[in-house]
Amino acid sequence: MSEVAEKVKNIVIDHLGVDADKVVLEASFIEDLGADSLDTVELVMAFEEAFGVEIPDDAAETILTVGDAVKFLEKATA
Amino acid sequence: MRRVVITGLGMVTPLGCGVEHNWAAIKAGKSGIRRIESFPVDDIACQIAGLIPRGDGSNGTFDPDHAMDPKDQRKVDDFIIFALEAARQAVEDSGWKPTEYDDQARSGVLVGSGIGGINGIVEAGYTLRDKGPRRVSPFFIPGRLINLTAGYISIAHGYKGPNSSVVTACSTGSHAIGDAARLIANDEADVMIAGGSESPVCRISLAGFASMKALCFAFNDRPEQGSRPYDRDRDGFVMGEGAGVVVVEELQHARKRGATIYGEIVGYGMSGDAYHITAPSEDGDGAFRCMKAALRHAKISPDEIGYVNAHGTSTMADGIEVGAVERLFGDAAKTLAMSSTKSMTGHLLGAAGAIEAIYTTLAVRDGILPPTINLDNPNVETPIDLVPHKAKEKKLRYGLSNSFGFGGTNASLIVKAFEG
Repeated sequence: MSEVAEKVKNIVIDHLGVDADKVVLEASFIEDLGADSLDTVELVMAFEEAFGVEIPDDAAETILTVGDAVKFLEKATA
Repeated sequence: MRRVVITGLGMVTPLGCGVEHNWAAIKAGKSGIRRIESFPVDDIACQIAGLIPRGDGSNGTFDPDHAMDPKDQRKVDDFIIFALEAARQAVEDSGWKPTEYDDQARSGVLVGSGIGGINGIVEAGYTLRDKGPRRVSPFFIPGRLINLTAGYISIAHGYKGPNSSVVTACSTGSHAIGDAARLIANDEADVMIAGGSESPVCRISLAGFASMKALCFAFNDRPEQGSRPYDRDRDGFVMGEGAGVVVVEELQHARKRGATIYGEIVGYGMSGDAYHITAPSEDGDGAFRCMKAALRHAKISPDEIGYVNAHGTSTMADGIEVGAVERLFGDAAKTLAMSSTKSMTGHLLGAAGAIEAIYTTLAVRDGILPPTINLDNPNVETPIDLVPHKAKEKKLRYGLSNSFGFGGTNASLIVKAFEG
């Protein structure tokens, strides 16, 4: 797992209070990890803070899974 | 008129988590006031408060994990967690956990707070200033709104009936219970979770109340002696944190399911001072009319009240309340007992009326007068027994609990021992 993926995973575990083994790349925040729409907004904020990037609203709307976040953040920090 | 009884009690206060621990501490005359150590207070004149004992939930300590999932706790201010804990206890105690749709629709929540998430508002203000609007959490608003106490409680227990909050400063808890009882009497619900919650112990509210010279400054080195209503050396109120919640229920509904009945709410009075934003008028007119309205509702005369749980905050207003009670009770004042449990808990602001309604209910049920501790040298002359230092036994039929708030908002509740 990449450094970015590891960091994303820890943020998700911390914010959603879920078991580490559930936080796989395919996991959907809402469908699989029990997040609601407000949780997802807060998650995006936490990603922005941790990676020092800005995630515009239209981009944020496409981040639905752990993998989506990793992909976006790997690109944004490359 | 439909009769309203109390069938569940829950509380988390500076005297402990749970009704049993609270009542034991009250009867023993213990103080829950301590020095504040969780944040810096060196630059604040008042450095003491009534603080909830935290721990793993044993021996009357409070474990927030029992009330709310840890991942959700950081989304809300403490007053919501305290309210959830007190409601959890009260619902458990009452045994009313509706699962049928129709039962849920007849079960509501009316829980308020005086100042709600004041600390979280300040924190978010720093975030807004230092990091900008895009860093303000989506949970900022729902974690600070006062009626989210009622919202979270309804979600936790499936109570889908009337859902509302009261915000009347230090009268909140009494108004919430009185209003909930009225909803039941008016056939708008059969069961209500009602009460108040407050988490005021933070720098901003200490600073605000200190600026008003309303807080106790002189007992930072002797916290347990800081709250001393009616005493010569009283020096202002001591803030306290916590929540009190009751389950109130229509009598037949409670009987049918064999619920334990703690007491009956027979009187509820309200009034406004229309005088000053923070001070009561010297003649105590607002308090007088409020208690009178409660007696009128209960259809009883003052001499039938054996105990008054005073608002008694350890401020200049204490004597004004005593005067109002004397005026209303006349000769009956000679046989009346009145005490301030705030001498032990501190002043829980929006939760005060709720925890004091519970203490009043237990006083009436058990025939015990809670004491006013720290009353060494009374500065009021009155024929009323202020129950100094030690709890006493006295057969009681009716107890009255007073709450008065900034803005000149007053509420009195009368609880009757349940006689069937």
